[in-house]
Amino acid sequence: MNALQTAIADGMTITKRNTLKIKRVPDQLGGAIILPIVFVLLFAYVFGSMIDVPGMSYREYMVPGVFVVAIVSGAQITGYTLTLDLRKGIFDRFRTLPMAPSAVLIGQTLCDVLMNLTSVVVMAVVGLAVGWRIHSTPYEAAMGLLLLLFFSYAFSWVTATVALALRTPEVFNNVATVVSMPLMFLSNVFVDSSRLPGPLMVVAEWNPVSTIVQGARVLFGNTSPAMPVPGAWPLQHAVAASLLWSVLILVVFAPLATRLYKRAVSR
Amino acid sequence: MPPAITAEGLVKKYGDVTALDGMDLSVPEGTVFGLLGPNGAGKTTAVRILTTLLKPDAGHATVAGLDVVGDAPRLRSRIGASGQYAAVDDHLTGAENLEMVGRLYHLGTRRSKERARELLERFDLVEAGDRPVQGYSGGMRRRLDLAGALVANPPVLFLDEPTTGLDPRARVGLWDVISELVAGGTTLLLTTQYMEEADRLADGIAVVDHGRVIALGTADELKDQVGGDRIELTVTKETDLETVRRELAPLAVGDMRIDATALRVTVPVTHGAASLTDALGRLAAERVTVRDAGLRRPTLDDVFLALTGHEASANENPSANENLTATATAKEHSR
Repeated sequence: MNALQTAIADGMTITKRNTLKIKRVPDQLGGAIILPIVFVLLFAYVFGSMIDVPGMSYREYMVPGVFVVAIVSGAQITGYTLTLDLRKGIFDRFRTLPMAPSAVLIGQTLCDVLMNLTSVVVMAVVGLAVGWRIHSTPYEAAMGLLLLLFFSYAFSWVTATVALALRTPEVFNNVATVVSMPLMFLSNVFVDSSRLPGPLMVVAEWNPVSTIVQGARVLFGNTSPAMPVPGAWPLQHAVAASLLWSVLILVVFAPLATRLYKRAVSR
Repeated sequence: MPPAITAEGLVKKYGDVTALDGMDLSVPEGTVFGLLGPNGAGKTTAVRILTTLLKPDAGHATVAGLDVVGDAPRLRSRIGASGQYAAVDDHLTGAENLEMVGRLYHLGTRRSKERARELLERFDLVEAGDRPVQGYSGGMRRRLDLAGALVANPPVLFLDEPTTGLDPRARVGLWDVISELVAGGTTLLLTTQYMEEADRLADGIAVVDHGRVIALGTADELKDQVGGDRIELTVTKETDLETVRRELAPLAVGDMRIDATALRVTVPVTHGAASLTDALGRLAAERVTVRDAGLRRPTLDDVFLALTGHEASANENPSANENLTATATAKEHSR
């Protein structure tokens, strides 16, 4: 076996391990299903009754944003699980085995992207029930789904890097919350970013989360000509920019996380 | 035959703390070698370097003829390692854990399954094999972890404190398993802070303190370094301890140990039974009531005390040593 085949085979072995764990302890999966349902219903009925967007219903505007919120928090499962494994000493065993060093991370991120797929499908069904509609072709809609999953996969590597640097589940959770809250709220997820005051608008428009949300809105057809045209380049070319962001994140964080993993000794 | 494990001048520092301070080792093939020392002596760091988990800051080491840094990827298929904390997956069954390790050693799916079954049988885990590890006892987890280290039948095996945290019965059970396993010709390096464990399992022992090997030899050779027998006696009143110290001082050929809590005194002597008779005579003359008295061979605890001037367990973590006399004597030292 060459290095790539080894990495793939070992990655599959670890993916299988992680899916077995989800099967035995389904509360993670429960979280990945229930939390997004709560998100959709809460935002649809609470914010939906107060916020207007020009040319379309707020629910149609909001649902792609909620998809992204859910996958950003879903991707944090990757980091959290890694800190738990680190604490238990299982990495010491893995690192003495002749396996590919990237396999543990590949297996974990692949498993988590499957969880995120489940989340998005559930949210789409709930969204459709409360009035969200897809106005694009099935091909475009499928691309929208792939775009979301690709970003969630890339973002899993960010949380993996942070987790391996911070090492303990408690610290990781704190940092993840502190970082992800502004990431999600300083964006176009819930409000039109062009209506934010000066500096906040600039931050929101260049926030990668805004780019992905806008990309999803474009691909699901949840945009309206009545909406003001955003000034920032990533929002004007949201689909291309989303892909670019995801690739960039992967290129930076996959090697970084793998490097940290190679040095990660428990305790 | 070249040694299965060599280390020359291994140094590893964590910030200001020197974990290894020029450690040298040479372990002949097919033998059991014990690294004996208290917590913080550098045993685990040494094992982590030898199992490719850490890179040394200086020095070099080989295992099975392969350099632990340069040949690390190739070396990993030749070694098995089991750490201080049973590295098993709680949510997977015993069989699934072993199969996973087999596949990661690239044995193939079918062979991994077979091997998992063989090992479950060998480690008396057949019944529990299809249950999630979550419900296993501490001893079962350790056996499973040890089985994991054996999946690929590695010629060199590393066990880092294999029985720490186990109850006495589980410990003896694991000793039997380890003894059987090395009868097959595997080279084994194990670390322990239990003197009894090194005595029982290891052909060669290196006593480690502050990141260096401070003594090397078989258990008997090490015991010889500390000389003859020990008188061990217990009195009934704490106030008698001072009298005992005064009266027996002329017989002692080294440091006398007095455990004020257990009211026990240990005196190294040269003339065995004659010294014991002499001692009891002196105490009777002083009207000291002796509850219990006896003669014993020196333990490795005594060796450690003689070599380092401090108890093996004095550094930290007395809770791990509750079954050993070291704890009681450590208390005495801290007074």
